[in-house]
Amino acid sequence: MTDVAIIDSGGANIASLVHALARLGCNATLTRDSGLISSAARVILPGVGAAADAMTRLAESGLTTIVPALTQPVLGICLGMQLLFEASDEGPTRCLGILPGTARRFVAAAGRPVPHMGWNQLDIVRGDPLLDGIPSGAYAYFVHSYALPPGADTIATCDYGSPFTAAVSHGNFHGTQFHPERSAGIGARILRNFLERC
Amino acid sequence: MRFRDHRVVGDILDLARRYRDEGADELVFYDITASPQGRSVDRSWIARVGAVLDIPFCVAGGIRSVAEAEAILGAGAEKVSVNSPALERPGLIDELAARFGSQCVVVGIDSRPEGGQWRVYQYTGDPDRTRESARLTLDWLREVQSRGAGEIVLNCMNVDGVREGYDIEQLAAARGACSVPLIASGGAGSMEHFAEVFRLAQVDGALAASVFHTAAIAIPELKAWLRQQGIEVRS
Repeated sequence: MTDVAIIDSGGANIASLVHALARLGCNATLTRDSGLISSAARVILPGVGAAADAMTRLAESGLTTIVPALTQPVLGICLGMQLLFEASDEGPTRCLGILPGTARRFVAAAGRPVPHMGWNQLDIVRGDPLLDGIPSGAYAYFVHSYALPPGADTIATCDYGSPFTAAVSHGNFHGTQFHPERSAGIGARILRNFLERC
Repeated sequence: MRFRDHRVVGDILDLARRYRDEGADELVFYDITASPQGRSVDRSWIARVGAVLDIPFCVAGGIRSVAEAEAILGAGAEKVSVNSPALERPGLIDELAARFGSQCVVVGIDSRPEGGQWRVYQYTGDPDRTRESARLTLDWLREVQSRGAGEIVLNCMNVDGVREGYDIEQLAAARGACSVPLIASGGAGSMEHFAEVFRLAQVDGALAASVFHTAAIAIPELKAWLRQQGIEVRS
């Protein structure tokens, strides 16, 4: 259907994303080759693990300068979304600086263990092609200990003690804090939107 | 999915699809004979399951190294769960958390009351090898969290398989010692048991096997009923 490059940022569980894209008829290439990434029709920046490790691996492949300059649609997922922002308290780490904001660590409280892990509801705050057909109240699957406070680019929030950014759009850069590849039909729709509407 | 008593519950892919379609929020695949037999789980099915599942799934069974966990996660699993191998060598939890992040690392604990305290048991997949681990459940709960466990599945052996309800007292005590997600396991027999464990033990999830495998409880009806009881579940 479309030519997608998944940036190999060293996370071990990229397979679920490859499987999800395959179910949509999309053959994705896992790569850290800057030429392949620059020429892909669409780019996905996944990420599981620590922000500092992921930034180090991106830097080793020269991708910390390549990614911010991309003009095709880019989707950051989970840590990949956080890396699109300026910084993360995890480390702390300078990130790609495409979007303004800093990821903050959740504080565990009674009834709110950290990591925030499981299904939670989206609150759509701004219409966006990425969220086409997704109603407020839809459930998505989250796994994270750090989160971005809502900002100007936030298109959906989720609440875990206080609202945080669940999805963003900023020009050609998009991101989801949740895992669309693990979010059943809702997630498949969001990936399809990214492939067809962004 | 818990393959206890070697009951054949159908092809693993058919079951995965069935539970996906019925609205299960997460699946756990246990190879409970792996640890007692000193071998690792056969992984050939994981990639095939990963290709059909669009919900998280966790794989458990004899995972003893970062390399084994990496292969499982690389095949599409969201999490790995360790139990007996972590009791043999607790540093395994630290290694897994350092490499993959706590969110990938589930620690399973088999526990039951003995002499007025909850105690951890090991090699529970084989009745002949099952043994007390010399650890107290609440101490082990705290230790695995400090080593980086991102989720705990507490299987209350004393009520497992009898379908008379989760062990609320034990799970509530564990909740008090647990700041990461806690999943209740063992004892589910009716829809009321699920409501009870969420209300009274404040667990983050409830795991069940036989009542789903035998269709004694259908997941869509269970979720609709829990919603009527005011318990938030994914629709």
